[in-house]
Amino acid sequence: MTKVFLRLLMLMCSFSLFAQDYFPSNTGVKSKNTNYTALTNATIYVSPTEVLDNATLLIKDGKVVNVGNSVNIPKNTTTIDVSGKTIYPSFIDIYTSFGVKKPERGGDGPRYGASRSGFYWNDHVMPEQDVMASFKYDAKSASEMHQLGFGVVNTHIPDGIVRGTGALIALNNDADNALRVVDGETTQHFSFSKSVKSRQSYPSSIMGSMALLRQMYNDAKWYAGGNIETKDLSLEALNNNTSLLQIFEAGSRANLLRADKVGDEFNVQYTIVGGGDEYERIDEVKVSKATIILPIDFRLAYDVENAHLASTLSLADMRAWNQEPHNPRLLAENGIRFALTTHGLKSKKSFKSNLMKAIESGLSKEKALEALTTVPAELLGKSDVLGTLKAGSYANFLITSGDIFDEKTTLYENWVQGNAHVIEDMNTKDIDGEYSFKLAGDDYKLTISKSTSKPNAKLESNDKNLGSKLSYTNDWINLTFKTADSTKKEFVRIVANTANDNSLNGKAIMPNGNELSFYASKSKANEEESTKEKDKNDSKSEEAKMSPITYPNMAFGFTEKPKSETLLFKNATIWTNENDGILENTDLLIKNGKISKIGKNLSDKNAKIIDATGKHITAGIIDEHSHIAAASINEGGQNSSAEVTIEDVIDDEDINIYRNLAGGVTSIQILHGSANPIGGRSAIIKLKWGEAAEDLIYDNSPKFIKFALGENVKQTRVSRNERFPQSRMGVEQVFIDYFTRAKAYDDTKKSGKPYRKDAEMEVLAEILNKERFISCHSYVQSEINMLMKVAEQFNFNINTFTHILEGYKVADKMKDHGVGGSTFSDWWAYKYEVNDAIPYNAAIMHNVGVVTAINSDDAEMSRRLNQEAAKSVKYGGVSEEEALKFVTLNPAKLLHLDDRVGSLKEGKDADVVLWSDHPLSVYAKAEKTIIEGVTYFDIESDQQMREAIKKEKSELINMMLQEKNKGLKTQPIKKKEKELLHCDSMDSGHLAHQHD
Amino acid sequence: MKILNKINSILFLLCATLSFAQQTPAPEQTKDFAIVGATAHIGNGEVIENSIIVVSNGKITTIGPEATTPLTRQAMDIIEARGKHVYPGFIVSNGTLGLVEVDAVKASNDLSEMGTFNPHVRSIIAYNAESKVVESMRPNGVLLGQVVPRGGRITGTSSIVQYDAWNWEDASIKTDDGIHINWPNSFSRGRWWLGEDPSLKPNKDYGKQVKELSDYFEEAKAYNNGNKTKKHLPYEAMAGLFDNSKHLYINADDAKGITDAVNFAKNQGITKMTIVGGYQASEVSDVLKQNNVSVMLKRVHSLPELEDDDYDYTFKQAKQLADAGVLVSLETSGQMERMNSRNLPFYAGTTVAHGLTKEQALQLITLNPAKIMGIDDSYGSLEVGKSATLFISEGDALDMRTNQLTHAFIDGRHISLETHQTELWKRYSEKYKN
Repeated sequence: MTKVFLRLLMLMCSFSLFAQDYFPSNTGVKSKNTNYTALTNATIYVSPTEVLDNATLLIKDGKVVNVGNSVNIPKNTTTIDVSGKTIYPSFIDIYTSFGVKKPERGGDGPRYGASRSGFYWNDHVMPEQDVMASFKYDAKSASEMHQLGFGVVNTHIPDGIVRGTGALIALNNDADNALRVVDGETTQHFSFSKSVKSRQSYPSSIMGSMALLRQMYNDAKWYAGGNIETKDLSLEALNNNTSLLQIFEAGSRANLLRADKVGDEFNVQYTIVGGGDEYERIDEVKVSKATIILPIDFRLAYDVENAHLASTLSLADMRAWNQEPHNPRLLAENGIRFALTTHGLKSKKSFKSNLMKAIESGLSKEKALEALTTVPAELLGKSDVLGTLKAGSYANFLITSGDIFDEKTTLYENWVQGNAHVIEDMNTKDIDGEYSFKLAGDDYKLTISKSTSKPNAKLESNDKNLGSKLSYTNDWINLTFKTADSTKKEFVRIVANTANDNSLNGKAIMPNGNELSFYASKSKANEEESTKEKDKNDSKSEEAKMSPITYPNMAFGFTEKPKSETLLFKNATIWTNENDGILENTDLLIKNGKISKIGKNLSDKNAKIIDATGKHITAGIIDEHSHIAAASINEGGQNSSAEVTIEDVIDDEDINIYRNLAGGVTSIQILHGSANPIGGRSAIIKLKWGEAAEDLIYDNSPKFIKFALGENVKQTRVSRNERFPQSRMGVEQVFIDYFTRAKAYDDTKKSGKPYRKDAEMEVLAEILNKERFISCHSYVQSEINMLMKVAEQFNFNINTFTHILEGYKVADKMKDHGVGGSTFSDWWAYKYEVNDAIPYNAAIMHNVGVVTAINSDDAEMSRRLNQEAAKSVKYGGVSEEEALKFVTLNPAKLLHLDDRVGSLKEGKDADVVLWSDHPLSVYAKAEKTIIEGVTYFDIESDQQMREAIKKEKSELINMMLQEKNKGLKTQPIKKKEKELLHCDSMDSGHLAHQHD
Repeated sequence: MKILNKINSILFLLCATLSFAQQTPAPEQTKDFAIVGATAHIGNGEVIENSIIVVSNGKITTIGPEATTPLTRQAMDIIEARGKHVYPGFIVSNGTLGLVEVDAVKASNDLSEMGTFNPHVRSIIAYNAESKVVESMRPNGVLLGQVVPRGGRITGTSSIVQYDAWNWEDASIKTDDGIHINWPNSFSRGRWWLGEDPSLKPNKDYGKQVKELSDYFEEAKAYNNGNKTKKHLPYEAMAGLFDNSKHLYINADDAKGITDAVNFAKNQGITKMTIVGGYQASEVSDVLKQNNVSVMLKRVHSLPELEDDDYDYTFKQAKQLADAGVLVSLETSGQMERMNSRNLPFYAGTTVAHGLTKEQALQLITLNPAKIMGIDDSYGSLEVGKSATLFISEGDALDMRTNQLTHAFIDGRHISLETHQTELWKRYSEKYKN
């Protein structure tokens, strides 16, 4: 110990030289240490790609002076011989909140406005926030990081959507901030999560956060152009920080792509904190061209011993356990640049074991080292001083017993800015082994292990284990053990020197106080290591087995994405939805994703022939009102959210896509919820299961927006009355106000004068210009009538009333206005405004001449929309042919897609369903659901997939059981739930499971 | 259009004769009537084509094939029903009709009482016989149902009603038929408002919660064995469970919970017991069969609970249980359960698409629930001596496109098929006529 202590002392002395020399000293004479330190005879990783054997590292003033095999060592040099050891540049963690106190929840403040002034209108945008203003060096956390090999961290305040600037801190425990702060302004931070400090409720969804960021960039540009006379310190800071590294915390591959999308629109390339699931859609991640800051918080195996509980575990979760460690390798193989971070780890200690897992799963050590040194250094623009041990760099390095990416390797010292932090005494002699000694006539066997790290002793006498405690420092051991007589609580104490090889010499103090001389001789070296090693190898070979990734990567995903085929259905009953009506014993040919021909006795030599005798074919079902396949539905933070779009938040991993396909659904409109009068923009997608979110959206998609009326928007079931409107009277005024402003905005824009780009107004202007259509959530006749009148006042038409349960009361007015109705078949009585809802609504609207559709607004009902259409036959006597149109052609018309889908006509998209029975019958099952010639659901393949899922799950469960048997940690099972989103669903908090 | 005209004519007919009838319960049967020529779906799996059904004093006195059943036409009204279908009135299992009028209006909600153990709380007295939701059941053939309180561990005592009555007393066909329990969940959720992980994790208190329940049963037993000098209302209400005059209904969904619940009832010496919900019941169908435990199966039209479950998981459960020999009925609880109870026939129809025969599916909503609830001596099938609670449909009543009622009877009373909704339909159809 003394030796180490002396060296530390020596180093600390050398520290005074770093102190700011213009600071007065009142503690002694002002002196300056100008000595050099040399570490000699080491294997040195100058950089991940340059390794020198038997080399010397010469440092002075906390920087590297020289490194090489023949370094000239000046006379005033203290030399440390580190022969046999390896020196690495120390690691850099680019993403931490080191030294920052966890932000505290804000109490009061307005919910529908900002609590600050002089700053941006949204509290969650805080580019002016400076991490150094609240930074407090945390030596304890630093020591924790030292043990993992980190020497420098970048830190920021992890709070808000725009979080302000981060700083680069050297983890030098023995200096002050003047020296430790490598750079006080390195990064600008972003996320989709709101600040906990403010109660401002906007934005309340990811799509809201995206819209807010876009508006912020537009406003910053407008501000920079000198168009705003008042001060906005937030925008000023944002504009000043553009040259810094822009880091976005995404946390998942889906959010990574969302962040990148926003950045691309404003020529900002974010460096993105990923989620560890990038491997699931590696091609999309690659296209983003983002550098990724990669957490390695691999999940533990689940505890699957209880078969009942284990049966609730999803294949997706099980696979993630198996696949996550392969993520870094797959990123590297795909040429995606990444830096590794400790961010996201519940316990920082698991960093090394997880890193090992990644390496066992194929990540090359060179890439791993780059990801911890040169990549973060480059990102931060500090390659000249960080990440390598080239001359001029900070003397930030690690001294290890060997390969740092080896489990057995010991990290001895972590030097930061030339200052050593000792982790393990590298001069400690290894005394592991088995010793035998005699004491007062008894024979003892002592086994010492881990002597260089955490000394541990096992003591046996006469085949009995004795409780013992061992400490070992500076060539001395202290051993205390209980005597063999367990009835007494008596201890023997031994103190012995280890300087001689193969023996321990000293004295024993017996319970009665007698001192006896002590001598133990080493009988053999430990073998424990090698058996352990064997276990390790076993686990390695299992780890290497990676479950295949499917599209999407979950149960019922495709191993290979299905392709478009030439298909010929023979002898079917075909519901054309065209003038031809229902054709019996007819063939249908699908080619190049289109309906190629409908007729008798068709043939095509390349076609796969499907016998459809006794079966029915219809156009794919279209759901005008759906909330599946979306990560969020409501942006309810303001009474208008025209700026948000569901296209930003499509979830391609929603199992309900597959279940909808199994119900014959091929297209849906994902509508924004009904929390506010002016909702968000829709996404109109095809249910191409397995394709990435962006590829689900229709090409040249018609533009839609959700509006809403009634109980939801007047917040009938919200206890606080803080948001306008609170009555149907107010709802009208909201619309008139917004459209009046949108008109003025559009006029300015068209006049060519400069204007502040406002995403919300842009969207509303599209409505006025008849480029975007409204689908409005509506129930009672008064409000339905009102909205038509508002639209007429602004010279446009409402496109669709959705829900429209009292449409039958104003069907004539609707027809005159030219609006369609998309309604429920038979829902009612779930709230006051649906008291007069009747199942005859669709029939009446249809009979009056309104284009009528039946929609679901429900993930369960949407897979039975053919049955819901059939209810119009029951309630109101609509003909079967017309009833089927309620869920095919009519929603296609309402969505302005009837030139592409909704009927079976040559040249239209081949979106078709093969039914086992009459398509309006409760007894019919969809057997094949085809979109653009690709079979996305096939009732036979479905059966095969069920078997495959069962098999894969049992294999994974076996692997997890083995993991547990090996004594590795496991985690309790989590039952996966699919949050079902409805009109009323908000992103966070408790969902009101109530239908709109 | 043909169908539309037909329906219109039927409706106008109904209007003419029963224009006052909306929500006005039908009077007692005064004259015998016979339904002639229909396909009679008995409810026990059998079908009689071209049948004759004679109803007298509210009861079926004759049923058989036209060819072999003599009929004296003079003394009775004849309902010609050739080409049509006759079914026993459909029965809602584990329903809540009449306890809530409008979901979102708290004032109209009498669904659950506060507290954990409420065996003494009785649904029947809150049953709103004049509910507009209740009357909307009848045009679909749903004529009877259980009224069950919700909430807590022991939710309360249910009763069984028919859906055409002046008040709850008239409505009741079996008062206080059973006691309902929510079995402890195998999974529990972290309290997110305390910063706990809100995802579902194994319920650590499961054992404790089960013990609480069995302790409660032991206490109730002890009380009822004693002299009851001091009244204990909840324990008193439990008495019926121990003398087998009340049925025990336990809501449990997962295989383990179902098994535990079955064993619990067995240990308590309770023989009349039904699993309600039973999402994973088919996984333990042997246990159910061995112990003679029936199942009121979770709503067929609901989503699979787990991401990995087959898309048709809920559609095919009835078939799997029926094949295993378990007595099954279909229950309706879930979102918007009251108004959706009129879709009960279509829940049954869906099980046909997924394996059952139509007559088996019919049993799930007629004779099976009647057996489970112990009303099969009078209801649930078209048999001589049973109540004439039945209806005539133009076509297959399990398929929405052909479920078209022309007549419905409860205890032989010719009930109205008018509702608040048909009134509005007529009113507005009239409006647009010109």
